[in-house]
Amino acid sequence: MTSEEGLRRMGRSEAASGLAMISPTAIYAILLLAAPLALIFIYSFLTDGDPGIIRTFTFANYIEAWSNELYRVVMLRSLMVALTVTAVTVLLAFPVAYFVSFHVDPSRKSLWLFLITIPFWTSYLIRVFLWKVILGYNGVVNSGLLGLGIISEPLQWINYNVGAVVLTLAHAYAPFAILPIFVALEKIDRSLLEAGQDLGESRFMTFLRVTLPLAMPGVIAAVLIVFIPTIGDFVTPQLVGGPEGRLVANLIQLQYLKLDNYPLGSAIAVSAMMIVTVVSLFFLYLNRRYLRGPES
Amino acid sequence: MRGGWFKVYTLVYLVFLFAPIILLPMFAFNDATVIAFPLSGFSTKWFAALADDPPLHDAVRNSLIIAVTTSILSTTLAVFAARASTRYRFPGKAGLMGLIMLPLVLPEIIVAVSLLAVLLGLGVNLSILTVILGHVLICTPFCIAILSSAFQSLDRSLEEAAYDLGETSFSTFRLIILPLVMPGIISSLLISFTISLDEFIIAFFLAGTQATLPVYIFSQFRFPQAVPVIMALGTILVCLSIVLLCIAEFFRRRGLARSGAKDTGGFL
Amino acid sequence: MTAKPTMIEFRDVQKYYGDYHALRGINASIRAGEFFSLLGPSGCGKTTLLRTIAGFEDISSGAVLIDGKDAAQIPANKRPTNMVFQSYAIFPHLTVEENVGFGLRRAGLDKAEMGRRVGDALAMVGLTGFGKRAAHALSGGQRQRVALARALILKPKVLLLDEPLSALDKKMRELMQVELIKLQRHVGITFILVTHDQEEALVMSDRIAVMFEGQIAQLDDPETLYRRPKTRQVADFIGTMNFLPATVLSDTPDGCEVEVAGLGRCRIAADQAPPGGNGQDTVVGFRPETLTILYDGQAAPERETPGKVEEVVYYGDMTYYDVKLDGVSAAVRLSMRNVPGRPVLDIGTRARVAWSPDALVLFR
Repeated sequence: MTSEEGLRRMGRSEAASGLAMISPTAIYAILLLAAPLALIFIYSFLTDGDPGIIRTFTFANYIEAWSNELYRVVMLRSLMVALTVTAVTVLLAFPVAYFVSFHVDPSRKSLWLFLITIPFWTSYLIRVFLWKVILGYNGVVNSGLLGLGIISEPLQWINYNVGAVVLTLAHAYAPFAILPIFVALEKIDRSLLEAGQDLGESRFMTFLRVTLPLAMPGVIAAVLIVFIPTIGDFVTPQLVGGPEGRLVANLIQLQYLKLDNYPLGSAIAVSAMMIVTVVSLFFLYLNRRYLRGPES
Repeated sequence: MRGGWFKVYTLVYLVFLFAPIILLPMFAFNDATVIAFPLSGFSTKWFAALADDPPLHDAVRNSLIIAVTTSILSTTLAVFAARASTRYRFPGKAGLMGLIMLPLVLPEIIVAVSLLAVLLGLGVNLSILTVILGHVLICTPFCIAILSSAFQSLDRSLEEAAYDLGETSFSTFRLIILPLVMPGIISSLLISFTISLDEFIIAFFLAGTQATLPVYIFSQFRFPQAVPVIMALGTILVCLSIVLLCIAEFFRRRGLARSGAKDTGGFL
Repeated sequence: MTAKPTMIEFRDVQKYYGDYHALRGINASIRAGEFFSLLGPSGCGKTTLLRTIAGFEDISSGAVLIDGKDAAQIPANKRPTNMVFQSYAIFPHLTVEENVGFGLRRAGLDKAEMGRRVGDALAMVGLTGFGKRAAHALSGGQRQRVALARALILKPKVLLLDEPLSALDKKMRELMQVELIKLQRHVGITFILVTHDQEEALVMSDRIAVMFEGQIAQLDDPETLYRRPKTRQVADFIGTMNFLPATVLSDTPDGCEVEVAGLGRCRIAADQAPPGGNGQDTVVGFRPETLTILYDGQAAPERETPGKVEEVVYYGDMTYYDVKLDGVSAAVRLSMRNVPGRPVLDIGTRARVAWSPDALVLFR
């Protein structure tokens, strides 16, 4: 603040005050975010040597990342898992957000949201581990069902596969999907819904023609908020995915920490970022088409 | 009642959300090494085992140092950014804010490997310090989100009134703005503390030999006999998070009440 | 006005929100083709009553009849009524055209017919050429016109207007008042307007129901409402009214003899002395413009009373005086048109005030 005062005395402009004010945070982000991202971008075009990195420009890492069956399968699987998790999470979350926004007394809304967010604030690692415990070969579900005599031997299909990854991630990111949809629904002027009915539409048609389009920005936000961290998730596939459930984050970790191949790891990381960016831009484009310009 | 089915659905959904967390204390107090039904008896031995585990204590100490430092640094950085973005117009604002907020939309593994690459390239030894650098990066956007709404709900004429009544811009900040955004600052501190305490991937990549609590927990998953102890530890962590969350929620509501804003509910 | 058939009928309508008694036995009928206003302070139940017609509020007991049919059987989306919402409720994700044509989906019209109908509706409200605009790019007045077109395109029997002008600035409001009157004459259907602005109600309506605390206090045409209010509350709410304590000396079916503080003894016709009241605190009321200050040499047409000017408020075309009549402690307000030869009086001047018993209303 003293710097702001100083600048004001010197008669500097608002722009200078703003830049001065933001500079500590901006410099931090430039040094520790922009520069490192630029570095792995550069790494991805270099060649791995033993030891160290050889400074010759090459596309070999990208060619390897996109043509080697091993890597391509994992990247495609990551994309499919992330899209599935996103679809499942958002579809399951929408009715919850709708209920809290439209059917809960206003004074109790925060309480419901609080209930929904509690699980999110408990250790992610522990929650994922609990799913491993629940779904495992000797886990809670199998031991419970065996104990009750419903099954005679442990179910194999519930653990260490892509399905377990989807379930665990859908659980982990549930509040992320509910909150933006809830916010979008809350913003809808309730008289719009009355207007829909007043103009002759049933409740259901009013939902389709008024509520749903107006909730789309929230749905898109939910999609992005779930999709982006999901595609880069490391813990869940590592713990509950088994060998068939490994995702791109596990691959990057393998290249960096186990194989010490930074250029290839970087190429995979940059590729993953590109996938995230392309998919995100696609959803943002959808959103813009829905909204036709800024919100009023 | 209208929305009856929605209510049933939402309650079922809440059961799904809470199911794993409810299992946690059940097995933490269960007198068996194997995590399976039926429960075999009540025991507090797994909690006792926590007290006798030096590597765990080191991990807790490391995590606390990291979380406290991270919350202070990221909240400080966020105050600057939130104030700048809500109050001033300047060239490059969208770009700079976009960069600062980028970790929100960047998979954490990318932040982790890129920082690792730079730090190793510079020859920096991995330690608590390097974890803090990474955590501040990912916590700051959350703090900015909280503080921006606190700064935004400030009526600018309050500030101008203080200025008009003869205060300097520094004393205006101290007497008017700070008290009004204080609840936001406190909830920002608490939330960045919680995020840092819980963060795994960045710590996993950047901690070197100084394991944090999540890294320690992750390493224990390999040993089946350690599972009940992890359950006990998890129970304690869940209770702590809920307490912290309640405190954060309390301050958030007080902040809203003070600035006279309407409660739109929830974080984010 | 010739007796037209009834369009809306309220039969002892009651509405409770929990313990709160929002509508306390509403009985009224609204005629086909009239411009009807529900006027009252906020919280009097006027919007609730309007929403019972639209179908957005259930009633606790009684009946609402729309064109002779019990509305309880008809859901909101099937009623022959359409509403202009206070917020206008313009769908923000649709264009002007799509907003106006929203209710036509069910009519199953082809594209050309649809376009023609929407075009006609837009022309009717003076928005030709605005069809492709995004809803959020409209001004307040334009939004209101879109809301009107959207409701009228469905050819409702009744148009409901919930404080439609309250969000507009003064100039726009006055313009829209006139346009709404013209529009109502043009389409010829029943308009029911909810407003808290007594001036707006007086300007626009054929008849007005004044509501207080969930009840209709008086239902009359604007002139009767203004000149012959039935209760002191109605008199106070509409325009400005002076009150002076009075004593009833004799009471006969064709009028009564009263002694009014400051004005003296006079006769009041029966229609100026509505029945009811608790007999305590009897007063007479009269409007500021019914009093006149007499300048030198002028003679009072009927009665005159001396007083002293206490306060002068100059409005340009008018001057308002607070005059303390001899023998009364409180001042009465009177308004004078400013014309040449009538100088504005100074505070403290002695003045002669002319008045007429015909302008008095007795509240018992």
